[in-house]
Amino acid sequence: MIGPYLEDVLIQLGINLILALSLYFPLSAGQLSLGQGGFMAIGAYVASWLTAAVGWPWPIAFAVAAAAAGVVGALVGLPALRVRGIYLVLMTMAFGEIVRVFFLNFTPTGAAQGFRGMPFVTSLPLVAVLALATAVLAARTAGSRMGRAFAAINRDELAAEVIGVDVTRAKLASFTVGAVVAGLAGALWAHYVQFIEPEEFGFARSVMPFTFVVVGGIETFWGAIVGAAVLTLLPEWLRFLKEWRLALYGVAMLAVMIVRPQGLIDHRLVGAVRRWLPGHAKEVAR
Amino acid sequence: MLLQQLVNGVMLGAVYALIAIGYTLIFGVLGMLHLAHGEVFMLGAFVGLVVVTVTSGNVMLALAAAMVATGLLGVLIERVAFRPLRGAHHLAPLATTIGVGIALQETARWYFGPEQKGFPATIALTLWELGPLRVSSVQVFILAAALVLMGAVSLFLGRTRAGRAVRATAEDPTVAGLLGVNVNAVVILVFFVASALAGAAGVLVGLAYNSVHPFIGVQMGIKGLVVMLLGGLGNVPGAMVGGLVLGILEVLGVAYFASSYRDAFAFGAVMLMLLLRPEGLLGLRLPRRD
Repeated sequence: MIGPYLEDVLIQLGINLILALSLYFPLSAGQLSLGQGGFMAIGAYVASWLTAAVGWPWPIAFAVAAAAAGVVGALVGLPALRVRGIYLVLMTMAFGEIVRVFFLNFTPTGAAQGFRGMPFVTSLPLVAVLALATAVLAARTAGSRMGRAFAAINRDELAAEVIGVDVTRAKLASFTVGAVVAGLAGALWAHYVQFIEPEEFGFARSVMPFTFVVVGGIETFWGAIVGAAVLTLLPEWLRFLKEWRLALYGVAMLAVMIVRPQGLIDHRLVGAVRRWLPGHAKEVAR
Repeated sequence: MLLQQLVNGVMLGAVYALIAIGYTLIFGVLGMLHLAHGEVFMLGAFVGLVVVTVTSGNVMLALAAAMVATGLLGVLIERVAFRPLRGAHHLAPLATTIGVGIALQETARWYFGPEQKGFPATIALTLWELGPLRVSSVQVFILAAALVLMGAVSLFLGRTRAGRAVRATAEDPTVAGLLGVNVNAVVILVFFVASALAGAAGVLVGLAYNSVHPFIGVQMGIKGLVVMLLGGLGNVPGAMVGGLVLGILEVLGVAYFASSYRDAFAFGAVMLMLLLRPEGLLGLRLPRRD
């Protein structure tokens, strides 16, 4: 049995991990979104409204919420195909803020007062299973045809198009999958804290998964996972510093990036770990 | 009161413009976003508050002190969050500046406390009535200070040798370096000027709205980014125009719709702008770097 404190930290870790991967999907195809908080808000509000106001069972509500975030993701991803780099960052940021302002004014879900009444669903086993499923999806994607298309676009969009990658389809897919995963994270979060308000899903929330992914390393999905783990646990480890805790967190982030600009985990490290793991020799022999 | 709202909008817009000029100067020479710029603004407001309180109401001194302090802070940020990452992935500075921003927010919260603080009444408040228009001395001071600063930046960029070096570096850092421009010195200078403008904006906002707290930089920082985009990335006159447009748009939006929709105007404008006219309102040039 684990204590309630550890359970709380682990549940947050699982949700953060899913959120980090939601940003990793579009980023692996060269699209940085600083609007994941917006997709998370859509997932959280849709799922909460369905369970609390309509009374649907949570699995259906979660699925519909993730799908709704995905539909919005596709709708945002379509015009986003035209903009890249810093312009895409600014556009997704604007999207996230528009979603926040929408829910701030949307009275059916409580507007600024927030929304409550959803049941407690997000237990540790559920989070663990869904986080694992998302991680497996990321791992499977990385080795798939689609994942290679993402990587090719990330390296050089024009060259990818020349060698026959359907850039439009791949970019849209990566963006949409990211939105679905963020929506799922939102549904989980809402059914854990059982109270949501628009301000939680503002710019600060969108920046969170970005810091996870960049500190962890943008080269492989392992970076997103390790980054989410380290940056979720770091404030807990720093608890003894009392009010200096978050300031030190910021400084630690800065220090990691200066020492390792590519992030904690890069291809070299993943390769080294692979070679060191048992079973590698057999793989080579085959 | 359309005219009254326009005056308020111009005042707000002038402050936005000061912040956006900083963003756009830094983006111009480095091609990178500085996500702790809002926190530099916040510290400017606090330095102003402290100086005004200590000197019992010397606003000019507060403005000067805040500009020097934030200017130096900007140089420090360049040193720790940008310089070590030259040549790294272009997302790395976004992360380091977010780290710096968190550290600055938390330091301010520890030192000044989380609650809102008001400026003491510093400028003798006089109201002038020009027909239906009512303008206070505080508003006149803010507008005048912002206009003087913007004029000074324009003169600096357009008429001085150092300003020419900044423009050359923005055009192409490599060629500027080959032609004898000390690019590192230009970057440091740009950070000093950009951050000093943000610090001045902090003092002006403190005077205007009488409320300073450790997290005012977050929304202001985002608004500054919006204005930079409206004006066109790296375009200084564009940032000035963009600031006025957003300020007026917001004030009119609050006056004729609901205040809770205020931010939607800014971000709706961004989405439209990106889709229809990504080169910005003035559209002088579209930076290819991304």
